[in-house]
Formats: sequence, C-alpha cells, structure tokens
Amino acid sequence: MESAESMKQEILRISGVDPLKCMRCGKCAATCPCYDEMEYHPNEFVFMVERGEIGPLLSSKSLYRCLSCMACIERCPRQVEPAKLIEAVRLYVERAKEGSHMTPQDMVGRLEDQMPQQILVSAMRKFNK
Amino acid sequence: MQRIGVFVCHCGTNIAATVDVKQVAETLGKEPGVVVATNYPYMCSLAGQDLVKDAIKEKQLTGVVICSCSPRMHEGTFRKAAQQAGLNSFMLEIANIREQCSWIHKDVAEATAKAISIGRAAIAKVRNDQPLTPSQNPVVKRALVIGGGIAGIQAALDIADAGYDVDIVEKQPTVGGKMTQLDKTFPTLDCASCILTPKMVDVAQNEKIHIYSYSEVEKVEGYIGNFHVQIRRKARYVDEDKCTGCGLCTQKCPMKKVPNEFNLGLDSRHAIYIPFAQAVPKVATIDPRYCRMLREGKCGLCAKVCGVGAIDYKQKDSFVEQDYGAIVVATGFNPIQLDKFDEYAYSQSKDVVSSLEFERLMNAAGPNNGVLLRPSDGKPPKTLVFVQCVGSRGTSCRDKEYCSKICCMYTAKHAMLVKEHYPDTEVYVFYIDVRTPGKNFDEFYRRAVEQFGVHYIKGMVGKVVPQADGSLDVQASDLLAREQLHIKADMVVLAAAMEPDKSARHLATMLTASMDTNDWFTEAHPKLRPVESPTAGIFLAGACQGPKDIPDTVTQAGAAASKVIGLLSKDHLTGNPCIAECNELRCNGCSSCANVCPYGAITYVDKEFKMPGRVVVTRRVAQVNAALCQGCGGCTVACPSGAMDLKGFATSQILSEVDAICQ
Repeated sequence: MESAESMKQEILRISGVDPLKCMRCGKCAATCPCYDEMEYHPNEFVFMVERGEIGPLLSSKSLYRCLSCMACIERCPRQVEPAKLIEAVRLYVERAKEGSHMTPQDMVGRLEDQMPQQILVSAMRKFNK
Repeated sequence: MQRIGVFVCHCGTNIAATVDVKQVAETLGKEPGVVVATNYPYMCSLAGQDLVKDAIKEKQLTGVVICSCSPRMHEGTFRKAAQQAGLNSFMLEIANIREQCSWIHKDVAEATAKAISIGRAAIAKVRNDQPLTPSQNPVVKRALVIGGGIAGIQAALDIADAGYDVDIVEKQPTVGGKMTQLDKTFPTLDCASCILTPKMVDVAQNEKIHIYSYSEVEKVEGYIGNFHVQIRRKARYVDEDKCTGCGLCTQKCPMKKVPNEFNLGLDSRHAIYIPFAQAVPKVATIDPRYCRMLREGKCGLCAKVCGVGAIDYKQKDSFVEQDYGAIVVATGFNPIQLDKFDEYAYSQSKDVVSSLEFERLMNAAGPNNGVLLRPSDGKPPKTLVFVQCVGSRGTSCRDKEYCSKICCMYTAKHAMLVKEHYPDTEVYVFYIDVRTPGKNFDEFYRRAVEQFGVHYIKGMVGKVVPQADGSLDVQASDLLAREQLHIKADMVVLAAAMEPDKSARHLATMLTASMDTNDWFTEAHPKLRPVESPTAGIFLAGACQGPKDIPDTVTQAGAAASKVIGLLSKDHLTGNPCIAECNELRCNGCSSCANVCPYGAITYVDKEFKMPGRVVVTRRVAQVNAALCQGCGGCTVACPSGAMDLKGFATSQILSEVDAICQ
C-alpha cells in the first residue's frame, strides 16, 4: 500500500488540480446534479485530497456516480476543477486494475437511439483507463 | 399682521403614502395668520424652493413653515432660500412630519392628524420668531494636531502644504506612533520604517510644522475658529535645543534594566534613552521612574558625559498656550491587554505573544535583529499557531463587540513572512471568518494559502497548555473537517483586538467631542461627514475613530486636513445666532446658569439700575459671551427667575408650541 502522501501526489499529478486554490465556497456541491447520489461531494473530494485522506475516496461509490458533466468545473469561481480531481481518483483506482472495463467495442451493442452522447462519454471516462 | 406660508412636502411617497398631505395643507391653511398653504412632491427640489421663494415675494410672507423631513436634513436649504427671497432666515421653521410622523405610523388618519398637530406647533413658533443675525467671528489660521502617529503626521503635512501653521502634540518622546513598531506593511510588504521615517523627517523639517513631543493637551477652551489650548510639556530633563542626539548618555547610563516599551518589554533600555534610531526629534529623554539621580540624588553620569550640557535634572513641566482655528484628533489605538484571555496561556508562557510583539520579534530593529527566535529559549520555532479575533467580535465583558478589521491582514502577513524566511516552518491560522476587503487584500490572503501553504483552519482555539518539554499544546476545532485538533506548537501568536488609546476619553471631555460606547470618537455623519466630529472645528483622523489600517488612516488624515484647510481659508465664520441672552431686569445673580454652562460662556458684572424714585441700585447680573455660547439651553432651564432665554428657542415659543399641540 502506498502512503497517503504519495497517493495524494499521484492524484494531483494526474488531475493537475491545486486544491489549495479552493476557498470552500461550496459552489461545486451546490451545482452538482448527482448530489443526492454521492457519498462524498465535489467539495469534499477537494478538501479530503488536500488533507491526504485518500483511502475513503478510493473505495467510495461516488467515483462512479459522478456524471462527468463538468458543471462543477464550469462554475467553480477559483478554477479548482473538482471533476478533474474526481476523475483522477477514479483513474488511480482503475489503473490499478487489470484491463479496461469497457472498450469502444463494448459500446456498440448497447447503443440506443435516445441515449444522450454525454452518457457515452461519461461511461468511457469511468470504465476506460 | 402676520402673513405665514405653509408648504407641505410629499417627499415622494415617504410622507404622502402615510399622511394625507392635501388635507394637512388645507387644515393648516385655516390657522390664524396663514395666508398660503400648499403641497408639493419634493419641496427640497429647485422647483419646490422656487415655490417658497415666489410665495414670500408675492404674498409678502413674514414667516414660513415647511412640513417635511428632519431639520437636520434640509433646514439649511430652506433657510437659504428664504434669505434669497428677502425673508430673515430665522423666520422659517421646519415641521418634521417624516421622521417623527410618516415613517413611524401606519394608519393614514392618525398620521394625518399628527402631521397637522406638528404643523400647528411650528406655526405657533413662527408667530413668535424674531429675525436674528448671525455674528461673524474671525478665524485663527493655525491648526493643532493631537497625536503624532501616521494619521497626525499626514494631516499636519497636508495642512502645512496649504500654507497654514500646524502644531503636533505627541505624548511620546518621538512622533511616528504605532507604525514605527511595524515590520512590513500589507498588502505590498514594504518596510514600515522605510515609508514612515521620511515622513517623520518631513514633519521635523517643515517650517510650518512645530512638534511638541513628550507633551499633552492640558486644557481646551473656545470654539471653532478660536480654540485656546494649553499644552503641557512634560519634563524630559534634557534641553531639546542643546541635545544633538549623539546617544552617548544612553550608553553610559548605569540603569540598564528598564523595560523597553518600543519593543513592548521584550528587551530593556537605559533610564535615559532615545526610543529608536530614527526618532524625531532625536533627543534623549530621562525616565524619572528609573533615573538614580532623580530618585536618589546620586549618579549624574549622563550630565558628565554630555558634551553640550543638555542634561537638566531640575527641569520642570512647562506650559505653552496657543490659539488654533481647528483641531485634528489623531490619538490612535492600542492592542488590548491579554491578561483576561488566559486560556491561551499568554501570561503563563513567554512563547505566547501578541501580534504586535510578534511584529517586534520579526523586525530587523527588534530585540533579535529580525531573527525569529522563541522568547523562552531562543530557539527557532518550527510550528507556529496564529489565533485571530482574540477579544474581537465577542459580547462578554472581556471582549469588544466590533471587528478589529486589520487582524486578518496582518496575520496573513505574519504567516507569509514566516514561511518566506523559514520555509520549513509549519504555520496554522485559526479563523472565524477571513475578512479581506480592500485593494489587493484578498489576493494577498490567497497567496498565503496557495503560494506559501499556510494552513487556514476554520474554528477557534479552545486552549493552549504549556507542556513540560517547552512546547505548547494547542487544542482547537477544525469545523470543516469536524474534528478536534491538538497541535504541538512552538509559538502561539494572538491577534489582540484594537481599543482606543486610554488618553482619548479625557481628551474627548476637554474637546466636548462625542464618543461611542467603545470610546471611539464619533463622526458627525457615518457616511457623509466621516472625518468631522459633531463638535464644530474638531476633526478626526485615523484609528481614534475606529479600527483602521494604514491606507484608510492616511486617506482619512488627508480628508481631515482638507476640511481643516477649508475652514482656515475662511477669514470669518458665521456664528450661530440661537444663543442665550440674559434679561438683566429679572436676573438675581444667583450663578445657577454659570454652574451648568458647559462652555464657560457666562460671566457676571455689577451693573447699576435706575429704580423708581431716582434710586440707583447696583446688582450682579449674568452676561453671555456670544462667541462661546453654543445655544444648548442648559442655562434657560437652570435659571430660577426666568431671566435666561434662548434666541430662536424662547421659552414663550416652546410653550406656544405645546399650547398648539394641546389645542
């Protein structure tokens, strides 16, 4: 098991996010369409990564509840980009697993006419390395 | 025959929504002596004023009543208009039907009845009005600045720059004030001394400015344009004119263990001392509490080493009397004493310091020459905890209710400076709110967080407990992480609340300048007259009016100076004609009036009176000094024989107003 500090540094490296820029206004959580689905909200991802509390985030279902809609990135007044941080934690988890959970080929059979494009993008973001 | 005009203002809907203005005008129009009564949406507008002016001319009005807002708002406006139309301005009265009627009532019928009542009272008063002519008083073209900190210095420089003489009275041996003790200044981090000392030198060299250092205001008499002030020059036991500031005496003095107030007692000085290298005036002062010669009559070493014979152990306090046209109060602030906040272990541990003490510890001219060391053991601290709002924003007896305003910024500055000089130090700041409104202020604070990695933690420190190993256990709550913290700190810095200088209360009494419950000087209007005291001729600069940072202080000092310059540029001031007068035939010389007069405006003379039967009697009667009387009316109430009366507010007028209301 890696140390919390090295996990934190790796997540910061993947995401390119500087959590110190956050001034804890909560706009990201306020704007999140999945708020009720998430155990840890976007602001908590920023806060916990800053404090090096990575463990609970790694095992949280919140990683897969995030829609990747990027609303928090769009609306954050300090350009902290919380969704990138969530994605980085997700990637950190996914990369430790063998193979991608989903490839573009898997998509083909699942496509529906009414399906919004965002779901495809989001699915690839979540289950692809 | 009286010819009175009544003008009822709607004030938009401010009055008209609650008071039936038309009915008020109609009803008041039927009062005896009223020849015109009308209403108008905005009486204070130019068109409204023209309405009044035209009526005065066309109807040859002898008196005017304006039913509108408070006289504090527009009495001057309408009196000026009346004067322009040829009516003595004191023949106009305001009936306040806004603040005292429409704003505080909801029921239209009741409010209208009350407005009519108020209008009637004003009409009754106008009937008894007498034309008054204000006196013209000359202005002394010299200003006094009380306090020689950055506020006083800036005000003095600006006034002198306009060509007027200025005296600065400073109670410390040097001018400069609190700013001399600061290390760097936010948000630009320029060195406080580097920007202040040139100004101190400017003040010393300016031919228009005289510095009375080590002096205090003893007595203030007079009024705007003509203050008479006595200044006590405390004995410094050194001839200011002879002393060259060489400092030899301060090295030879055997009394070395005097707590150095410039470094807040963190080190010591000699009994004869120059507060710091850049002191202005650079003159030695003997501290009589510690000098052996003054206490025991033995020693005299400083007199022996002084090459110019400046030491004078026999020096006594002396007094200077001077006249001034205007006075600027710039008495500043002090951090509060922290002895009541012992949960932070301030008096238990030397390593718990106030922010101003920390300022000295960081300062290159401070006790450690700018190297940050723990006061207890002289070791460099590795973990520092800053606590904000100590004594501010609380309601208990030890707290101040207000925000001290500058602490967020100087704490960010301290945290940043520590991280800059000693990057391996861990710095924590505990805050309730971080308040950084000001140009480049929030950016500054964010730099402390983002660039320097200072840990800002939302929550207060509960207690600080000194540990056996010399460290301090800081118990605090991180409200965002929802956990209690125990930080092993080497030093704790407390951002102590600001309070007014202790001398301010006594000074305010001498100046009859008002103060708020916290002893900050009150401004004449919080928004529109922020640098004037309600007492005419007294101006406010800097932190004596409320917590303030240096940019705000300098701004306010400049504004106060411009007000002073505006005043001194006048040759004469128009006095207030509404002053007391004595009916000598009724006066029995009892002194009741003189005893209550706060301005010392009443004196007594022996006067001869011709009585029936060619008898001449000499009686002692009161006389009112028209220049000193402020028209407060205290004497008219105190007078047992009804001899004292106030022009413009005569007893007969007030009684007729009461009669009108009780009609």
